[in-house]
Amino acid sequence: MEEISALMHGFSVALSPFNLMLMLIGVVLGVIIGVLPGLGGANGVAILLPLTFAMPPTSGIIMLSCIYWGALFGGAITSILFNIPGEPWSVATTFDGYPLAQKGRAGAALTAAFTSSFIGALVAVVMITFLSPLIARFALQFGTPEFFSVYLLTFCAFVGMSKGKAMKTVAAMMIGFALAAVGLDTVTGQLRLTFGFTELLQGFDFLIAVIGLFGIGEILQTLEEGLAFKGVSAKLNMSVVMETWRELPRYWMTSIRSSLVGCFMGIVPGGATPASFMSYGIAKRFSNNGEAFGSGQIEGVVAPETAAHAAGTSALLPMLTLGVPGSPTAAVLLGGLLIWGLQPGPLLFVEQKDFVWGLIASMYLGNIAGLLVVLTMVPLFAAILRIPFAIIAPVILVICAIGAYTVHNSMLDVYLMVFFGIMGYVFKKLDYPLAPLVLALVLGDRAEASFRQAMLVSQGELGVFFSNGLVGSLTALALTLLFWPMLAAAWAGMRAGTLR
Amino acid sequence: MRTLSRAVTLVVSLMLMPSGVSAQSWEPTKTVEFIVPAGTGGGADQMARFIDGLIKKHKLMKQPMVVVNKAGGAGAEGFLDVKGAKADPHKIVITLSNLFTTPLATGIPFNWKDLTPVSMMALDQFVLWVNAESPYKSAKDYIEAVKKAGPNKFKMGGTGSRQEDQIITVAIEKQMGVKFTYIPFKGGGEVATQLVGKHLESTVNNPIEAVAQWRAGQLRPLCVFDDERMPYKEKVTANMSWADIPPCKQAGVDVDYLMLRGIFMAGGVTEAQRNYYVDLMGKVRALPEWKEFMEKGAFNQTALKGDDYRDWVRKEEARHIQLMKEAGFLK
Repeated sequence: MEEISALMHGFSVALSPFNLMLMLIGVVLGVIIGVLPGLGGANGVAILLPLTFAMPPTSGIIMLSCIYWGALFGGAITSILFNIPGEPWSVATTFDGYPLAQKGRAGAALTAAFTSSFIGALVAVVMITFLSPLIARFALQFGTPEFFSVYLLTFCAFVGMSKGKAMKTVAAMMIGFALAAVGLDTVTGQLRLTFGFTELLQGFDFLIAVIGLFGIGEILQTLEEGLAFKGVSAKLNMSVVMETWRELPRYWMTSIRSSLVGCFMGIVPGGATPASFMSYGIAKRFSNNGEAFGSGQIEGVVAPETAAHAAGTSALLPMLTLGVPGSPTAAVLLGGLLIWGLQPGPLLFVEQKDFVWGLIASMYLGNIAGLLVVLTMVPLFAAILRIPFAIIAPVILVICAIGAYTVHNSMLDVYLMVFFGIMGYVFKKLDYPLAPLVLALVLGDRAEASFRQAMLVSQGELGVFFSNGLVGSLTALALTLLFWPMLAAAWAGMRAGTLR
Repeated sequence: MRTLSRAVTLVVSLMLMPSGVSAQSWEPTKTVEFIVPAGTGGGADQMARFIDGLIKKHKLMKQPMVVVNKAGGAGAEGFLDVKGAKADPHKIVITLSNLFTTPLATGIPFNWKDLTPVSMMALDQFVLWVNAESPYKSAKDYIEAVKKAGPNKFKMGGTGSRQEDQIITVAIEKQMGVKFTYIPFKGGGEVATQLVGKHLESTVNNPIEAVAQWRAGQLRPLCVFDDERMPYKEKVTANMSWADIPPCKQAGVDVDYLMLRGIFMAGGVTEAQRNYYVDLMGKVRALPEWKEFMEKGAFNQTALKGDDYRDWVRKEEARHIQLMKEAGFLK
């Protein structure tokens, strides 16, 4: 196998003591960046990019990509401990991760999150190693109708989730769409819903909404409940890691499914955030105890984390082979490649073997290093929950405010965060779900743009969404998932009928 | 009379000068923010990060610099930020054509006169690209095919709406009496990939946005939207260099458009502060790495500074108003 020997060569490049040291530094920095909301992987890599100019390109990209792995790992930590997603792709992790922490199983949730992340990344890296030319060709199949069908699939996989209060889900989602529509419309180049406020032209940033809705909203609610902070009984030793590992093989099906969803979304490129939502939705739909999702299921942590990390890793592939970044962080790395004098694109694999295979080898090593680093810190992270709420709450508030400010370096965002916090609190009081709002906010404008681009292409024919095998099956799959509850009921009815 | 006017000039110039010492020389005293009014990965972002990298690598500035993307509202976010930082010498911004097009198309309260021009780094070319597997070998072939197919049959992809790519598309349409379906995307890389995947018939990508796909034999350049050929004779593919791409004019498509890649700072800064950055950018442009970057991206290396630059920008603004009016983008 040609790939194996190339990979072995890559390991020989990556395994120098200097590179290993950079890997560790990168992972630790990445975890810190992941923990701080607002300071995303993209910002972190951008800030540290100039540091690497003095290094050889391979060492540079190893350190930067390890920051990225670290950030992917780190995003889960605050989601689980405080219900504050450190990164957009860990929003779905809060759904079951935070209830687990409240039950005193923070250690288990963290272990599950880290391990799943690792597995997701591993699947993606193996795929990159052996299938990259094939995948690059597959990614080229995606035009605007295909993109829309992927977004549709994400929504449909997620929408039937909250049972019993369908209208509230729809209402929340519509508010999300409305918020996503604010700002400049890419298709016409006109401002929408800004009401003359130039501050609004950049729209509502997803991260600020999330920090407010989840983080501030949660703190407000805890205040009301008399400062009682649950989860103080978190275990503080390494045995929790082993216990969780014994439990994890039970969810092998979810892991496989989520890895595939993640790889697919990373290549397309839909990105890690929609991947995590889609994977959570699908896991809930098809899991044996899907009903219990949201109440603190390990499986509900496994699904989004596996997919997010698989997507985050495979997002590097379109960047390397097509020169199109699959995520904002990949975009910054792309800038790095240019400064090192490397031209990303179809020829990178041919002309820069050392660099490409060194990078791929570092994906294996970086993720192993990352897993070791974060797992040994599990008891430490869990111990944070023992600090009294009266002390930790102001700290969280400050971190949230700094995070919101960092997104655009603007004070307006901090006020918006508070506004979203109050909104989150009201939503919880009235029992409206937050997840559909967040999903619509993060995907709304992208889905809309690709829908309208597709409409331009087809001159307004809706048939374009069934115009070839790929887009047709994606759309059909999406509609099936949307109407699944009805179809399942009809199926059950039919079976009952024949039995009678 | 003469002495009086001289005295007035003297007084005025003294008033304009905040203090004699700072007019001599000035240096940043804290971190300099380098604003990119576009998303990560695009042409402006690549250049800004490259400049930042060179400044750090060669230690051209004592204070640190950070590159900040403020892409909201087709770059309006970034421009308004610099406008709001009046007299702040620690903020510079790189511009693309959205310096003119964004305020014209959206009516946001911003004009380049709110900023202080520092220096023009280069001009970016535009090239007409088709998929390498398509049968069109020249711009003439292609335009004829578009004409034959009828209106709205051929899809032209570009970055953004009512911005440079669409301005060029409309200019071709007016000139040649054809009609494309223009599809706006968020970034140049995405546009190039869509063309490789045959979801579009043509694009007007900048050289740097499509060079990788050209080298890999996936895209074919038909002509460059400039008066003359690009000067870079080194082979990019096995048998073609940038200089081998004919000007569109030769093919009967009389459209030329170049995009500004220049540096501005906030309004109300002192002469010395502006000179510092003019000097800094001059040092960057003198580096061998910069020359290499220019060649790789086939940039037009026109560079202006100070008042020449201001005059150029003024003319360019008038031209954009004209172009956008003709295209029907202004009400």
